[in-house]
Amino acid sequence: MLKMIHLSKVYRTEVVETYALRDFSIHVKEGEFVAVTGPSGSGKTTFLTIAGLLEEFTGGQYQLDGADVHGLNDNQRSRLRNQKIGFIFQSFNLIPDLNVFDNVDVPLRYRRLPGAERRKRINESLERVGLSARAKHYPAELSGGQQQRVAIARALAGGPRLLLADEPTGNLDSQMARSVMQLLEELHRDGATIVMVTHDPELAARAQREVHIVDGQVVDLAAQTRLVETAPPRPAL
Amino acid sequence: MLGYYIGLAARSVRRNVGPTCVMVAAVGVGVGAAMTLTTALRALSANPIPAKSSQLFSVRVDNWGPDAPNNARFSDLVSYTDAIALAGAQRATRQTAMYATQFSVTPAGGDANPFQVTARVTDRDFFQMFDAPFSAGGSWTDSDDRNRADVVVLGVRLAQRLYPTGNAVGRSVMLGEHGYRIVGVLKPWRFQPRVYDLSVGIFQETEDVFLPLSTAVARQIPSFGEIYCGHAVGTVFTDMLSSECRWLQLWVELPSAAAVSSYRRFLDNYAAEQRRIGRFSWPANVSLLDVADTQRAEHMVPNEIRVSTVAAFGFLVVCLVNATGLMLATLNRRAGEFSIRRAVGASKGQIFSQCLAEASVVGIGGGVLGLVLTGLGVAFERLILREDYARIVRLDPDAVFLTLALATISVAVAALYPAWNASRLQPAWKLKAE
Repeated sequence: MLKMIHLSKVYRTEVVETYALRDFSIHVKEGEFVAVTGPSGSGKTTFLTIAGLLEEFTGGQYQLDGADVHGLNDNQRSRLRNQKIGFIFQSFNLIPDLNVFDNVDVPLRYRRLPGAERRKRINESLERVGLSARAKHYPAELSGGQQQRVAIARALAGGPRLLLADEPTGNLDSQMARSVMQLLEELHRDGATIVMVTHDPELAARAQREVHIVDGQVVDLAAQTRLVETAPPRPAL
Repeated sequence: MLGYYIGLAARSVRRNVGPTCVMVAAVGVGVGAAMTLTTALRALSANPIPAKSSQLFSVRVDNWGPDAPNNARFSDLVSYTDAIALAGAQRATRQTAMYATQFSVTPAGGDANPFQVTARVTDRDFFQMFDAPFSAGGSWTDSDDRNRADVVVLGVRLAQRLYPTGNAVGRSVMLGEHGYRIVGVLKPWRFQPRVYDLSVGIFQETEDVFLPLSTAVARQIPSFGEIYCGHAVGTVFTDMLSSECRWLQLWVELPSAAAVSSYRRFLDNYAAEQRRIGRFSWPANVSLLDVADTQRAEHMVPNEIRVSTVAAFGFLVVCLVNATGLMLATLNRRAGEFSIRRAVGASKGQIFSQCLAEASVVGIGGGVLGLVLTGLGVAFERLILREDYARIVRLDPDAVFLTLALATISVAVAALYPAWNASRLQPAWKLKAE
């Protein structure tokens, strides 16, 4: 589903080059639920924005659903993003002037679906996240957990092949976070491919697989743990 | 998608009532100022006969010499001697020598009081040359010209006033002390600016009466246009005929470049002949000016109007810069929304289109406000301009269309950069920052 090989992302200024991702390789299979973890500034979000075609990479290869995305123009990337990817952000990123129904409608508008088809998909998505009764509410009238459910409904409405979630429970209290996480797990059980960036080890543990990033590179977490356990004790100072 | 964009535009207006009103006001005031002046400029500089503009020529013959004072100022007039000689030569497809006069009309029946009318003394070719349309009858004949017949063509206003219920053709009209047979009546005829005679108000209505030059000369009907002699001349009409005073207009119709060249040679030869016989003592100084050249040469549009129009467009630019700044600020505030739209699949082009659709609301509002202000501006112009200018300055359908077009183009130009800027937002950066 998602394959990055020796991918790099460099931010250049006149005086310095900063590697956000370096020799970054990852393979997410269809139907997998992968948690991407790592400390702040490790490159997790950069990975997610490149995976979501919101940002271009500097080198390496990236295949999404079997297609090489290198060299695609803006229209092609936008179409791919619209049809294959659903985003869930930490801060929900709903449009405050649109009600719940219209927020979920946004990606469908860019797909130019007929009105009846759009209404059907929106109602199904809202039902899926348990917010059918709130379709006419505006984001400000909803709790954080409900807003995140709207964001998930928006991501689901287009029937994406891949869900990208960036700290989806980061702005929620524990009860709401649990409910959102349960929803993601249900979606995964129904066959969704999910890549979730998180720094919460508890959430990461609920994914099928965890990929750890440090300094823009994927680290073999198990090998690191082994190294720490077998290293000789430090001499006393 | 257009319907979706329009819906979003309506939401945007509701959300930003204050900034939208300011943008509409900026565009409306700018467009109103520019179009008020443009309307005046268009009216004053309009070509009265665009289809034949390059085929009708004012003939100019210098019969005073380069040292005469005011030689250039009265260059649109020719002497009777030159007018008759050149028109009589019949070297153009059509030609007419003419001057302006006035008559006192005595209505038939004896109850109504006499009243003044404007008249043009001319040749039969005049009507075809200047596309004067007839509603009944037609021009007088060659025979009428030769025989100095007492015949006239009436303008529609006078014909309706004299004969409101029937056809005036074949009836007679008392002009001064003489009766004239009416051979034709014109349809309503708007020919402004009236370039064929610069000596009287060029923005006045066309004349009420037209009569043959030969008849007018025979009856010694005086000119009411400009007469410039440069030296003392007796007031007797016959003296005017043999003098070097300039008081007639001479126009010719030359349908091709070859005809123009040929006529120029003819004019040069004429001037050379006049020099040979001792009438002119200077090299030939003759010219042919078509309608557009005549308008330019005679500075029909006051420079104040031109300068004011340029200033008004400068003001429009200032207004648009302000509108652009406001749009930029308004759209920048919505960077989050555009980033979300980009993240869920909107292309740069679709964001650009959405922003332009939203700007079109400002364009429509600005256009309507601009139209209202242009209407008020034109009404004000009609109050303060000279009477003959004020008469032709009006908000016609063309001006309405131009106003709306100017508003649309202005807003499109003002919105280009803000819309482009919004479409170029890096959604990843914005979403990371959130």
